[in-house]
Amino acid sequence: MDQAQLFAHTLFQLGPLVIRDTVVTTWLVMLGLWLACATLARRLQSSPGLVQTAVEGLVLGVEDAIRQVLPQQVSMVLPFILTLWTFLVAANLVGLIPGLHSPTRDPSATAALAILVFLSVHWFGIRAQGLNRYLRHYLSPTPILLPFHIVSEITRTLALAVRLFGNMMSLELVALLLVWVGGLLVPIPILMLHIVEALVQAYIFGMLALIYIASAIQTLAPQGDDPTNGHRRPPHPDPLSDGEEGLERATRDFHGNEEQR
Amino acid sequence: MTDMTWVVIASTVAAALAIALGVMLPAIAMGRAISQALEALARQPEAERSIMRTLFIGLAMIESLAIYCLVIVLIILFRNPLLEYLVK
Repeated sequence: MDQAQLFAHTLFQLGPLVIRDTVVTTWLVMLGLWLACATLARRLQSSPGLVQTAVEGLVLGVEDAIRQVLPQQVSMVLPFILTLWTFLVAANLVGLIPGLHSPTRDPSATAALAILVFLSVHWFGIRAQGLNRYLRHYLSPTPILLPFHIVSEITRTLALAVRLFGNMMSLELVALLLVWVGGLLVPIPILMLHIVEALVQAYIFGMLALIYIASAIQTLAPQGDDPTNGHRRPPHPDPLSDGEEGLERATRDFHGNEEQR
Repeated sequence: MTDMTWVVIASTVAAALAIALGVMLPAIAMGRAISQALEALARQPEAERSIMRTLFIGLAMIESLAIYCLVIVLIILFRNPLLEYLVK
């Protein structure tokens, strides 16, 4: 079997630096994303057209997903998570173009992304609650658990890298094997699976990064004496606890749900 | 038979067994997770978003176990580091 198709191969060398096809494809993806952002940001209108509405919907959707996990620090985390998601979707899907391979099928690329997530978890955690309080969560509930905290930090970063790499590489491998065993048009169903899997893996990578960041920010969340936490309303108030009005709202919700179905 | 033949046979059998077991058990785990999520969804349809989010993340965690198996199998088949003892 042609191993150059399966694993990342060297394109050219700049002195001691080996430039692999992963890096070149990443540059192409970055260039494409940058051009798209530049052209989209230039002609922003207050009455948006078709493209602007779609992009605004995308950004608002991501903002909404972050707000469900981290209601207070949306604007702080949004740039990082949105960048991760857009880059991963583009990088995973670029493998569908003939002649190009996804940069994420190279363990080096996914390891770089995972290290980025690992560093940003600490960065956001320290920024949100200060160095002292952030470091104290490693000693909670008891200092005996310190090694376990450290091991979990390392293994989850490793798992993040290996999961993305394994998924993308196995998809390309299966398509290659089917071409090899079957014929030219046989792997087309697998390529459809490739689209779904690329989107799901990008979603999962960004979501796990978001959850790790959220767990670093909220480690020592105070129990209600924080003014920023106090006015947060639970999404589904208990109908029994707030009397007549709550009961009425619950029955109305119930009927509303009935009508929707 | 030479040593090399034994290595080829052993690594092929090991790879097939590893991928078979490594796919079977996560499949059972995924089935359990999905059936529990569907039950929860049928009981509480209004909690759909959080159930689906947790389900996807759990499935990703389970799936990564199968992916670890795949990576190990590929290492056995293509880049076996123990082979250099034999070739040397």
